[in-house]
Amino acid sequence: MSESTPAQQRRSLIIVLCSTVLIAMAQALIKSGTGDLAAGSSLIDTAIGILTTPKLFAGYALYGVVTGMMVLALRHAELSLIYPVIALSYVWVSVLSVVMFHEEMNPFKLAGVIVIISGVAVLGKGQQRT
Amino acid sequence: MITPLSSMLWVIGGSFIGSIGAAGLKAGAKRLTHENMIHSAITNWRLAAGILAYLISSVFFVFGLRHGELSVLYPLVSLGYLFTLLWSRMFFGEPFTRAKFFGVGLILVGVTLLGLGSGR
Repeated sequence: MSESTPAQQRRSLIIVLCSTVLIAMAQALIKSGTGDLAAGSSLIDTAIGILTTPKLFAGYALYGVVTGMMVLALRHAELSLIYPVIALSYVWVSVLSVVMFHEEMNPFKLAGVIVIISGVAVLGKGQQRT
Repeated sequence: MITPLSSMLWVIGGSFIGSIGAAGLKAGAKRLTHENMIHSAITNWRLAAGILAYLISSVFFVFGLRHGELSVLYPLVSLGYLFTLLWSRMFFGEPFTRAKFFGVGLILVGVTLLGLGSGR
């Protein structure tokens, strides 16, 4: 880690923050695309379904992009910092669930979202001091 | 509703394998060279192993999250963050800090609250 500059570490954190948004988008695509798959189909049918259903394909392709972004971020940042920050994707998933799938927001979910954001903030602040 | 032990074991296994995958990605990322990025990525067995472990862990999660209470299973998914803190120190010499434990602790609590609010 010694050769990474603070600017590179900051950039890593920004890459991960962006990738958490993409993770949530991938999950929303996969969730809305899964309805197009026949229920109880075999493993091979499911694999073909993923390749031929645009939403599913896009969702899984996004996961591939996210993996590439993670690797770039990990070049210059600590794994113990980057990995927990991915939890921010839970927050975006909760927001998308309410906006796109009209799931209700309740006090537990809201509290969870706020506590996760504070946890990520603590990690981000901790990095600045090192 | 009771969470089956099998679901819990699938999820714990998934978070363990996923954390190994994260360590693989980190080990691979450290060995990427700037001049030869594509080549050093494709010929990198650590990256490949990390990605494979991720894929396997996602299969474990699919099985594990099918049945049971999310308020029990979501925190088990997040155990992966704790495992990763451990691997980061063991393999990459990243120090344990108060901020990391406090941050991960908050995330565990937040994820548990989300599970409680998910009504299953």
